[in-house]
Amino acid sequence: MLLIPCPWCGARAQTEFGYGGDASVGRPPDPQQLSREAWLDYVYLRDNPRGPHLEWWYHAAGCRRWFRVRRDTLTHEVLVSAPPGEAIEDGSP
Amino acid sequence: MTSQPFRRLEGGLIDRDRPLTFRFDGSTFTGYAGDTLASALLANGVTLVGRSFKYHRRRGIVAAGVEEPNALATLREGNRQEPNLRATQVELFDGLTASSQNRWPSLDFDVGGINNILSRFLPAGFYYKTFMWPAGAWMFYERFIRAAAGLGKAPLLGDPDYYERRHAHCDVLVVGAGPAGLSAALAAGRSGARVILVDDNAALGGSLRGDTATINEVPALAWVDEVGGTLEALENVRILTRATAVGYYDQNLITVCERVADHLARPDPHQPRQRLWWVRAKRVVLATGAIERPLVFANNDLPGVMLASAVRTYQLQYAVKCGRRAVVFTNNDSAYSCVSALMGGGVPVSAVVDTRASGPGDAARKIVDSSGVECLFGHAVVGALGRQRVTSVEVMALADGGSRVTGRSRVIDCDLLCVSGGWNPTVHLFSQSQGKLRYDEGLTSFVPDASSQAESSAGAARGELGLDACLRGGIEAGAEAARLAGFTPTEDVEAARCDHVDEAPVEALWAVPLPARRHGKRFVDLQNDVTAEDVALADREGYQSVEHLKRYTTLGMGTDQGRTSNVNGLAILAGLRDSDIPSVGTTTFRPPFNPVTLGTITAREVGADLAPLRLSPMHDWHAGVGANFVTVGLWLRTQFYARPGEAMMEAINREVLAVRNAVGMVDVSTLGKIEIQGRDAAEFLERVYINRWTNLQVGRCRYGFMLREDGFILDDGTTTRVADNNFYMTTTTAQAGPVMAHLEYYAQTVWPELHVHLTSVTDQWAGMAIAGPRSREVLAAACEGGDVGDESLPFMGYLESRIAGVPVRLFRMTFSGEMAYEVHTPSDYGIRVWEALMAAGKDFAITPYGTEAMSVLRIEKGHVVGAELDGRTIPADFGFERMQKKDRDFIGKRSLERPALAYGPRKRFVGLISEDGRKIPRGAQLVWNPTAPKPVPMLGHVSSTCYSPNLGNYIALALLEDADGYQGKLLYASSPLTDSHVPVRVGHSVFIDPEGERARG
Repeated sequence: MLLIPCPWCGARAQTEFGYGGDASVGRPPDPQQLSREAWLDYVYLRDNPRGPHLEWWYHAAGCRRWFRVRRDTLTHEVLVSAPPGEAIEDGSP
Repeated sequence: MTSQPFRRLEGGLIDRDRPLTFRFDGSTFTGYAGDTLASALLANGVTLVGRSFKYHRRRGIVAAGVEEPNALATLREGNRQEPNLRATQVELFDGLTASSQNRWPSLDFDVGGINNILSRFLPAGFYYKTFMWPAGAWMFYERFIRAAAGLGKAPLLGDPDYYERRHAHCDVLVVGAGPAGLSAALAAGRSGARVILVDDNAALGGSLRGDTATINEVPALAWVDEVGGTLEALENVRILTRATAVGYYDQNLITVCERVADHLARPDPHQPRQRLWWVRAKRVVLATGAIERPLVFANNDLPGVMLASAVRTYQLQYAVKCGRRAVVFTNNDSAYSCVSALMGGGVPVSAVVDTRASGPGDAARKIVDSSGVECLFGHAVVGALGRQRVTSVEVMALADGGSRVTGRSRVIDCDLLCVSGGWNPTVHLFSQSQGKLRYDEGLTSFVPDASSQAESSAGAARGELGLDACLRGGIEAGAEAARLAGFTPTEDVEAARCDHVDEAPVEALWAVPLPARRHGKRFVDLQNDVTAEDVALADREGYQSVEHLKRYTTLGMGTDQGRTSNVNGLAILAGLRDSDIPSVGTTTFRPPFNPVTLGTITAREVGADLAPLRLSPMHDWHAGVGANFVTVGLWLRTQFYARPGEAMMEAINREVLAVRNAVGMVDVSTLGKIEIQGRDAAEFLERVYINRWTNLQVGRCRYGFMLREDGFILDDGTTTRVADNNFYMTTTTAQAGPVMAHLEYYAQTVWPELHVHLTSVTDQWAGMAIAGPRSREVLAAACEGGDVGDESLPFMGYLESRIAGVPVRLFRMTFSGEMAYEVHTPSDYGIRVWEALMAAGKDFAITPYGTEAMSVLRIEKGHVVGAELDGRTIPADFGFERMQKKDRDFIGKRSLERPALAYGPRKRFVGLISEDGRKIPRGAQLVWNPTAPKPVPMLGHVSSTCYSPNLGNYIALALLEDADGYQGKLLYASSPLTDSHVPVRVGHSVFIDPEGERARG
């Protein structure tokens, strides 16, 4: 079970959180202008990296805030977390 | 009752003043407090304790601890019966009842023993090769094979005990309280760090409990007591005994199974039987010790063949003689301490057989020299002889680096053979933590290499077997762990002193060769009956990867996880493949290190406590009138209110008719409720709903759909504009949580610039719906001041009022299709308002109704719920395409423009009426002809079905392809599962009042 550092509540057990997927992909501002392929890419296609991965987590049983976590998918090491919109400067790729 | 013929008169850590009586396989024996079941059995001369897994061979006790492969027993009886416990770990208590396993009818005469005679026809992979054909027949064979091969039987009765889970945090967790672990805990504890020290034995000391060594000029146990006392006195140190660390998970989460009451006949009142600790540690020190390897030779499974360290432990810790005359067979120096223990305890040693031509180091040599025991260096035991147990051993000289045996064989009488094949550091937890292992040539075993987590190994667990190295390594590891956890180790903690013992190196001998033209089973894995020949066969048949070897031969797959067998097995494989041991590698160690009962894992989360129970604010009222409840997710809801003598269907039909003809009331407090506030609240709703919200007036409600980004419906519900910047949203009961997370995601991460704030208020508001032609009259009678007529509260209108002196929110909306109102009030007033409405409705024969009637009413009206919104439907499937905004974006809009969703063909929503008055099966597929050759084309499926008392027939809602084309046609609702195929007539999805006049009044 992971220990996830909520930027507001501190490190808490994984059972308090929900997983929200790839945080490196943002919703396109004007979907109507996108080609079909570009839109399907946004909705369905995600990278599945071996190593550091930026992802959304939701503190469902806590402060109900969404935030980003950089987690190593190989070692499960949680590298850094940050609120939405804040820059993450941890040097990882 | 027998005496204890193999118990020494003095010595040991047992309490001779506390004799205990126990039963094994029906016979009564005595032992002493401090015994394990194994030591007590040995004291009574019981050497046969089980039959082997596959060949049903006689097996005796081999070890003294967690590594025991043979002595698995079923403990206790009735509802406390527990199978597969290691006799070596079961603490004796008065009245203990144990029985052996895998034998029928008895241990001495076991019918399954025929497998041993037939064993040349039962090689590795036998079951795969023989019983896999013809396909399907395995199902038949399996019953018999499972009955013949196996371990103990699971109890059939419910467990009367209870279990606990406890979470703990610490700076340093020390696993193992032997010399290294105690030293580590002392160094870490003195620094002020929060330390948890766990050990699976009842008392501290580990290997020192059966040791004659001297530490700090006092006997080792006196040192253990002193350190234990020091640690007890430190407030920052917690000691857990009878506690086995079983799992090492991500980010230093270690699970520890504490056997709180297993040493008692039954737990004390209010005491759990076991407790599972979830320990999150900043640093972990693994001082898990090492496990002795057996040697592999012919008939090495005979009762009387035991690990040398175990014999020594029984002799010194339990004052038990494991035999009358011993031979010691070793490839390393450690077994020589067994020789001195045996001789000192009155067990003559006929010979020491050492595979090393050069013999042992000085200290060991001194032992044999002073006792005058015959030593055969460069020799090996090629076979154990005897039927019931060892009666003699056959010894030959080794030649060509141990690859063959030579010369005349010599038979030496003995009833006890003590073997030692070297030591394996207990690296299971280290491996579970993803640490990498390294093969140590000098030690001939795997040792921890690079750590993957905040952890270090100390003492024998890292391959430092000497006592002095353990004491020193423990202090260093403990101090380092404390420092890395942010504490300053004190200067005055020094490693305890003891003599250094120089040992000659171990010499690998993975399997003693068979003499020419001789057969014999050389067991590698005693628990799973895997021999050196099986390993060779697997290799010949191409199972050369160590993972394949494991699965094909079942080597190391027993409940002991191959503690005594893995390294021998893979070394034999490496030899056959002519490769080195590191390149063969090890199989993966997985949690748990030791079996854990399911009760301990589930802890309190059983029965009614499996999940939290959510109750409506009006629950007590429902219970008071004898409502029948049903679980809906976490909620307990009223299913129906049966009157005395009334059957379920009668109650449901009565409730439905009451709503259609007069008035009824249902508890809808379980609906998800979300307050949406802020100056951009309306704009936010525009983006998350498919329909228009900015033009909704204050005091009005609107129904809408929410989509996922892939275009499919997430949820439906009604949202009310309570004030300009304040909306009150309701969601379906089931989707309340997911919708909240979905809205928060978009508000916080996608559109953080919007000024909108979301609050879940599900538990803050009680909700009740009154429905039926007389509902307005009831409401008017109940409301204090203010008109509730069409003027002030029109259809889809909202009004704030008071009932029974309590503020209420009134919504005129309908789920049943009748004129209906929802009344929401702060939860604490739920019952008060509910009762006031019941009282006001008395003159109108108001009828409380449950979820079943609510469901019938909505099916009659063609309203959708989760059964229709199943993640595969879009608004157009239900005829809501015109609700979708064309001029602006909303979540899922772009996906709806995909050709597959925009142009179809898609299944659409229809109603079905049973053609012959039979019940329409749930989940049925719609087909033209149910008896047509398979596969029958499936045209659609039934989503909701019920009996409609208003139509006097069974009806259903369904999704059907070419819905317009099938209108009025006859199809079959076909359920092969229940073998029911009911003819149904396709019609409109709204069965009652399709114009919607009733709701508008």
